[in-house]
Amino acid sequence: MSAIRFRGLTLGYDRHPAVHHLDGMVASGDLLALVGPNGAGKSTLLKGIVGEVGALDGAVETGTKAIAYLPQAAEIDRSFPVSVLDLAAMGLWRPFGAWASLKRHRPRLLDALAAVGLSGFEDRPIGTLSGGQFQRALFARLILQDARLILLDEPFTGIDERTTGDLLALIRGWHGEGRTVVAALHDLHQVRAHFPSTLVLARRPIAWGPTAEVLTPPVLARALALSEAWDEAAAICRHETGDEAASAAAHDHHGHRHDGGHDDGHDHAHAHSHSHGHAGHGAAP
Amino acid sequence: MTLAGLSDLLVGPFVEFGFMRRALAGCLALSLSAPPLGVFLMLRRMSLMSEAMSHAILPGAAAGFLVAGLSLPAMTLGGLIAGLAVALAAGFVTRSTVLKEDASLAAFYLISLAGGVFLVSLRGSQIDLLHILFGTVLALDDDALMLLGGIASLTLAALAVLYRPLVIECVDPLFLRSVGRVGGPVHSAFLALVVINLVGGFQALGTLLAVGLMLLPAIAARFWAADLSGLIPVSMLISMLASVSGLLVSYHAGIRLPTGPAIVLAAGALYLVSMLIGPRGGLLHRLVRRRHLEA
Repeated sequence: MSAIRFRGLTLGYDRHPAVHHLDGMVASGDLLALVGPNGAGKSTLLKGIVGEVGALDGAVETGTKAIAYLPQAAEIDRSFPVSVLDLAAMGLWRPFGAWASLKRHRPRLLDALAAVGLSGFEDRPIGTLSGGQFQRALFARLILQDARLILLDEPFTGIDERTTGDLLALIRGWHGEGRTVVAALHDLHQVRAHFPSTLVLARRPIAWGPTAEVLTPPVLARALALSEAWDEAAAICRHETGDEAASAAAHDHHGHRHDGGHDDGHDHAHAHSHSHGHAGHGAAP
Repeated sequence: MTLAGLSDLLVGPFVEFGFMRRALAGCLALSLSAPPLGVFLMLRRMSLMSEAMSHAILPGAAAGFLVAGLSLPAMTLGGLIAGLAVALAAGFVTRSTVLKEDASLAAFYLISLAGGVFLVSLRGSQIDLLHILFGTVLALDDDALMLLGGIASLTLAALAVLYRPLVIECVDPLFLRSVGRVGGPVHSAFLALVVINLVGGFQALGTLLAVGLMLLPAIAARFWAADLSGLIPVSMLISMLASVSGLLVSYHAGIRLPTGPAIVLAAGALYLVSMLIGPRGGLLHRLVRRRHLEA
């Protein structure tokens, strides 16, 4: 069963692709790390999954609309006078909506705050929290969202070791409950230690599979070779889409190693139709 | 001064004159509805947006005036249509193009304002224009009072309904988008409430000063209360205080002091006092360094 399915997905800005022809699926219950250099399209991919960025081509399908998403640079106005409890309580929006009373559910809210180590912080205005405390509060909101699919965009950037450890324990707990978690991360030690599968992205997918098989020096070197700059004179991408992409997407990536790519092609046993039609793949790197 | 003298000064004008009582009732109604909206505008850093909206109302009111003369329903309807059109158009452009809300709103309100001035100058004299700009708080008739009362009731009911999504929209709009589709409609409904209150305020205070009762009490309240449950009632109280004192000052002043500006000046004075002595980050409290705590 798949939690997320990509069908020739291309996401981007102003016609320039930031994620280029991604096919495959994230299995339900997977704990997937999204790895790649800055500008590789990790955040864009997560935004594409929640629908913040529309597809330039292809499609992404999720089994559920109830997705808990923690953005990298939250648009949160931290000067707005709401309490930590109020912020966490937003996580109950789906079941409770605009009017249902939350009074009787206060213990549940306090439990969520306790789970992230913020007991006693419930009445503090969010503006008075430190960066790490604020991230903990956002995780309390994620807990309360109780979603089957959880997307985390660089959740530990600027967060100290202890908090990171606590939050990683929460993520492992979600994994244990069978939730699907996709997290964009930079710390490869962390990925190796805690994430069973990894997708290495450098605009196009470089490799996708079990972490130990995927995080190898050659793969990482290829990811780092990504040219960040847009080519203003890039030709229109002639990559075949439609039926071909759909049949490629039907192929289950999980558990297989796909470290092929556009340039070097590959004759892997589970050859991935992505290498078709690349003759016309223009000026894109 | 004796107690009787004080009562003559403060209560006398309202006991004696019907038009003062009407003005008071109208201003108190507006004081219940406009300041809470101002609190949200201030917290969203959209304070100046209400000024823009008040300008956007002008062409509609002017069109109503051109068609029907100094008629309350015509001018109100015209103002509502123009204000809502500008708010919705700006919202649409913000969501659909690269422009941010302030820029798209500025573009539409300038078009609207220029159109309004154009319309007014087509027919009206200078006096008519002043009337639209400065309002007629001492000449509120039954219809105008009903309008102000209706607007206050509608605003408070709508705020109660919208409160939770509106707060989430203010704090974390991306989160609200990720869990549902109410963000856009809630924001539009909020802007519509602002327009409706500005149209109501323009009956009492005129377009240029309608913003005063919406914003000044809200901004002043920031120096007295920290969270929404404090800011909203405090802003209402400050607005009422400004209304009463503005009315009294304009009544007792020897010269003909226009009432609308007097009320806004009173609100402005309350703001200045709050800014100086308010316990939540006021100037004096910043100057005095209090001893720090143990932990």
